[in-house]
Amino acid sequence: MNPRLSRRRFIKAVIASGAAAASKAGVAAVAQSRPAGVVERLVSLDVNGRTRRVDVMPQETLAYTLRYKLGLTGTKIGCNRGECGACTVMIDGVTNYSCSTLTHSVGTRAVLTVEGLQRPDGTLHPVQQAFIDELAPQCGFCTPGQVMSAVALLNENPRPSREEARQALSGNLCRCGAYDHYLNGVMRAAESES
Amino acid sequence: MASFDVMPHIELYKPTELADALELADRLGPRGWLLGGGQDTYGWFKDRAKNAEAMIDLNGIEALHGIRETADGIEIGAATTLREIVRDPLLNERFAVLPAAAARVASPQIRNVGTLGGNLVQDTRCWYYRRGLACYRAGGNLCYADSPQGMNREHCVFGASRCVAVSPSDTATAMVALDATMVATSVDGERLIPAGRFFALPETHITRMTTLEPGEILTAVRLPARWAGKRFYFEKVADRDVWDFALVSIAAAFDLDGGNIGDARVVCGGVAAVPWRLREVERALRGRAPGADTGEAVAALATRGARPLNYNHFKLPLMENLVRRALREPA
Repeated sequence: MNPRLSRRRFIKAVIASGAAAASKAGVAAVAQSRPAGVVERLVSLDVNGRTRRVDVMPQETLAYTLRYKLGLTGTKIGCNRGECGACTVMIDGVTNYSCSTLTHSVGTRAVLTVEGLQRPDGTLHPVQQAFIDELAPQCGFCTPGQVMSAVALLNENPRPSREEARQALSGNLCRCGAYDHYLNGVMRAAESES
Repeated sequence: MASFDVMPHIELYKPTELADALELADRLGPRGWLLGGGQDTYGWFKDRAKNAEAMIDLNGIEALHGIRETADGIEIGAATTLREIVRDPLLNERFAVLPAAAARVASPQIRNVGTLGGNLVQDTRCWYYRRGLACYRAGGNLCYADSPQGMNREHCVFGASRCVAVSPSDTATAMVALDATMVATSVDGERLIPAGRFFALPETHITRMTTLEPGEILTAVRLPARWAGKRFYFEKVADRDVWDFALVSIAAAFDLDGGNIGDARVVCGGVAAVPWRLREVERALRGRAPGADTGEAVAALATRGARPLNYNHFKLPLMENLVRRALREPA
């Protein structure tokens, strides 16, 4: 125990209680002074290349904002505890569990969801096309997350080994157990892009 | 107890200066919640098992980021992500045991946002405690895990005192093996804490995992040059290779002097509420050459004094085998 901390706290408590007894106006002034760094609720998010204005609660997760405020329901909520990967999105090119990311922490960084992968003319991303060609998804619920992890991998490492792909997708559960099919898809996408 | 998909209302502060964060931490005390990567935070709030008035997001503070070379080793800002640590060339060259440990934390997505500071101060995974039951660690007066029906396969074999929870951190073992210094900062200034005294056993601090006081922020860790480039070993045994916490892990550092081991640090995770130094093993290693024979000779010392619970006897041979492997594997 650091004795300086407790002494300081004691003295501050004495001063605060004295101020409260002396003046009601003083208490109101303390309550109104907003400390540095408190978040504003209305924020601008860069989602899939578009600026989206949205009203965000302080404790709101990115998965919630995307699905229920921006209508981007491609991002799935599975466990909602960072233990399944269905909610995986990219923030500035790095995969994140959007269920375990505060929307307010995104700031000016670029969010990319599965909806933002296809080209304007509707052509699918090579990973999406490869997943279709390899019949990678079974029930499909984890697929958006698997796609995002695979795209992040190929952006950084266009010709991964199967083991590297396995590592890159290891944060995405598939309850159907279609892991090998997804890996086939990643390897096919890597070939088609090169 | 109901589990909800959203968190209750909690205020959020995003200070950009350390001074502002310290002021907030001081003012809010135990009502505030320091936020690193948040991966050990949101579950508590969603489950309503713990609450806070406000979160203080530390990620926007530039001074808490980065891996810097100093006169006596390397200093790592507490908000540096595990991803950055795994990929850092300097750490891989000099203190490879830390990136090796960081690489085994949780999953890629969690390592992408999880911070070193957050990984070090994370709370225990005892499910009775996580469930929000009023156990000793939660301020109550009983332990559910150490009871005749308690499910305690993952719990401790050393250092129990009413509570039998273990430290879940992979990087904590590396910190102790490297004799790191933890920098705790508050409005009153800096406090330097050796890693070996940073983590807290239940006999001294039953409701927290570290000796950080309310209002203090872990701002950096310092790795002394003393252990740079030594022979290291890290291994983590878990039920799954991804996500799961260590059943037992080992972080070791061997200072070789002409082929024989001089000073050694052998630290196990998952066996106590703190990273557990195997001091008898360290002493016995002095003057011996690393190798399978030495591992065989010292392995039994690893579990001397262990007090296993109903379901975790398996941790004893696991610890001994990890000591054997730490000495057998080439550097």
